[in-house]
Amino acid sequence: MCRLAAITSNRYLSPMENIAALETMKEGHDSSGMGLVLKDLGGLFEGLKGYPILSGICKEDKKGLLDEYMNRKGFKLIFEWSPKIRPKRGVSKRGHYFARIYDYPEPYIEISQKEREELLVKTRIELRQIGEKDGSILAFSFYPDVITLKEVGDPLELGEFFAIDNGELMAKIILAQGRQNTNYSIDLYACHPFFIQGYATMTNGENTAFVPIREFLMSRGFYGYTGYQSDSEVFAHILHYVVERLGLPIQYYKDVITPLSSKEINLRPEKEVLHILKKSLRYLVIDGPNCVIGFTPDGTCFMVHDSKKLRPGVVGGLPGKYCLMSEVCGVDRIIPERDSSKDIYPMKYDMVIVPPGASEVLIWNQLAGEFKEDRRHAA
Amino acid sequence: MTDTHIARPDFNHTLSLMDFPYIIQWREDRCKRCGQCTSVCPQGAISPAVKLLRTIESEGSIPTPSIKTKVIHVIEQLRDIEHYCTGCAMCQLVCPNNAIEPKYNPQHKFYHYKNQGGEPYRRGGRRNDPSPSILDRIKFTRISMLTDPALDAQRHEFRIRTYIGRILQPEILPLKGINGHLTLNKDSDIFIPPVREIFPVMIGSMSVGALSPPMWEGLAMGVAYLNEVEGIPIVMCTGEGGVPRRLLTSRYLKYFILQIASGYFGWDEIIHSIPHIVVDPAAIEIKYDQGAKPGDGGLLMAQKVIRLIAEIRGVPEGVDLASPPTHQTKYSIEEAVAKMIQSMSMAFGFRIPVYPKISGTRTAKAVLNNLARNPYASALAIDGEDGGTGAAYGVSLDKMGHPIASNIRDCYLELVKQGKQNELPLIGAGGVGKKGNLAANAAALIMLGASAVQVGKYIMQATAECLGDELNRCNLCNTGKCPRGIATQDPRLYRRLDSEKVAERLVDVIKACEMELKKIFAPMGRSTELPIGMSDALGIDDKDVAERLQISYVC
Repeated sequence: MCRLAAITSNRYLSPMENIAALETMKEGHDSSGMGLVLKDLGGLFEGLKGYPILSGICKEDKKGLLDEYMNRKGFKLIFEWSPKIRPKRGVSKRGHYFARIYDYPEPYIEISQKEREELLVKTRIELRQIGEKDGSILAFSFYPDVITLKEVGDPLELGEFFAIDNGELMAKIILAQGRQNTNYSIDLYACHPFFIQGYATMTNGENTAFVPIREFLMSRGFYGYTGYQSDSEVFAHILHYVVERLGLPIQYYKDVITPLSSKEINLRPEKEVLHILKKSLRYLVIDGPNCVIGFTPDGTCFMVHDSKKLRPGVVGGLPGKYCLMSEVCGVDRIIPERDSSKDIYPMKYDMVIVPPGASEVLIWNQLAGEFKEDRRHAA
Repeated sequence: MTDTHIARPDFNHTLSLMDFPYIIQWREDRCKRCGQCTSVCPQGAISPAVKLLRTIESEGSIPTPSIKTKVIHVIEQLRDIEHYCTGCAMCQLVCPNNAIEPKYNPQHKFYHYKNQGGEPYRRGGRRNDPSPSILDRIKFTRISMLTDPALDAQRHEFRIRTYIGRILQPEILPLKGINGHLTLNKDSDIFIPPVREIFPVMIGSMSVGALSPPMWEGLAMGVAYLNEVEGIPIVMCTGEGGVPRRLLTSRYLKYFILQIASGYFGWDEIIHSIPHIVVDPAAIEIKYDQGAKPGDGGLLMAQKVIRLIAEIRGVPEGVDLASPPTHQTKYSIEEAVAKMIQSMSMAFGFRIPVYPKISGTRTAKAVLNNLARNPYASALAIDGEDGGTGAAYGVSLDKMGHPIASNIRDCYLELVKQGKQNELPLIGAGGVGKKGNLAANAAALIMLGASAVQVGKYIMQATAECLGDELNRCNLCNTGKCPRGIATQDPRLYRRLDSEKVAERLVDVIKACEMELKKIFAPMGRSTELPIGMSDALGIDDKDVAERLQISYVC
């Protein structure tokens, strides 16, 4: 049923930490895929934060196709990173893995960040569509200061395959998922985490309400809502829709995916709003079983569950570094020195939010409609 | 009562019992000649008769025939088409000795003859097709297994609720954020339409007048009990024919959807009562059409228009009340229908949802598209060909209309295309519970795209033992002779019906339905919201139907 390992920190980390955490949760993933999304990059990328990074894979003989498309769009290649592949038994090299840093096309230099971001989403989707015809190009993310790596295999072996421990890839926020493929075919696009315009999520569990949610998202008229090789991709898109498109504060993500009952809503100060939201966003309600971990463009990380909490999740750490993971053994592996009695196991009404910089942990209690700063974790 | 074969010794122009849809099986050895069967028969299809029995007997080893005659008393089925046996089996019900029952005759030629005097056959009930409907053939095939454990219908919290009313698109909600908290922007001029949260199975429109006083009262009591005691927010549509004034001005009105149809019966009383109404009704349904008799108007036969009904409807007693096939004010959907929706909204201060009901039709999408553009249209109710009625021409019942499954599916997918699947709820009706599977049929329609379903005929059958079925059993609703006292205004008949029992049964039926819905949704892993449009959960063993409905073909 997949295992999730996210770390948010105030200093740069190696993704090997996440992989080490996944290794402790090995019973829960079956080598059917690992995805890494790194945000707030260090290492080779520390000085290039303003430029969009295109992450993906292309067949060796299709690099020209990629170059030709990006040139045509007016993107100027500044730098390309490619992992130093160390062949591993059980991992087959799919092609040329890349993280390419581009400068924006001339007309986009003077326009707003929003418009630039929309260009990046469109470009990624178009590239994806070009590549889908023959499997020649896979494009996972195209956004400043974010890199995505995905491949089928055991996480530890993939870490070695990509030589992730060589210090070139470092980041302050890293999401990692070890996949347990369930009822969909093994497809790299079905591998979490999913990324869209600065928002990323990874999920543990299946989404029984997938089809109506997908239809609702696809009918919103936003070109980015496409793909859906995995039923979990909708969690990233719901987050994007709620926070980016509708402009709601992040804690309302919880109210959208797991709304309160009418009686409970009447206890909240903003009940009028919640009754309306519940109706208007009825199609985005999830029924689980899910644990969702993600981040928003400003570097806020969160963990949230479906209302029946049928998937595990724990948040633990120390000011400056927190883990959001499926199992406590993963947290133990990364931050053994913490006081584990202070670990947070979010319940039905909770949304755990770790603000950028990982200085503290906030718990949004949906029923009370207020943030509780977890003083135990405050610096 | 005439027995035509007596008039013509050659028996031509006389029907044989084999021409009749039901043939009475009478057992002389059991009958004690009490006469209860003949007196209860709503059709006068059986009659006590005195016959001369002639036998030839011979005693001893050498034939010595002698003729003996005796007078016997029998129960005889009439061969007069006006007095055909409807198969209602009231005779069997009252017989103390189980001496009589009707048997269905599949070879009958009833429809060949039931047009005497140039008058086409009229009846109540629904389409006479006993085969399982598409809704009954749909299976729920997405069962949550080990990868996503099923929910527990008994233990988990379920919310079997839906909305009636136009739901604003999220993109235009008048919200503003203050310090990370959302509030309603009161300065916005965006109209927030009224929306009701209800149980997704609605009791469809059956009017005061079509139904007897105890039947209507029983349903109304059951609806109130379900809401107030059981906490199940079920609503009931009044049908065209107004509302008893004491209900109209009571606090229970909120559980009722008032229907206005082309005859506007009862609306004079309703309009005049508006100043005295203490709670808003649940909604207004504007009936443009009905699945049982598409393109045909309503009809309440004169024999049902007694004083009470006449008062509620604001008409003289004892006259046929025909609603025209179409609203006389209906010029176009763009203008007249929009105006009617707005007028009804305005009459109630834009506080209640107003939606039209049409019959299933190939043109439903055209109606839908117009309503999708009308900001005051609160829903669209579509009544499929298997819908029931109290009175209609047989040809309308049997041959006119559109099956509900593909109609709802097409409309839902059209709304999906426009991104309005949540904005404009679809209400599906027509044949829900035809084979007794109320919850399963409702769930299938919901997963095809309906936000709610309406059910009428099943409710009459389940709460008051309505005898009608799809082999044309009984179906006498139009005649005022309903032997169960459901669809009659004859006190001698409706006294048979106990409104308390009807109410109790309605509560049973809806509570059981709620549990069955949970038992359907739980294994699919759905509990928080109604699985509207969850078509990946549906399968059917017919490739063409699967392709048409865009669901799985399973075998």
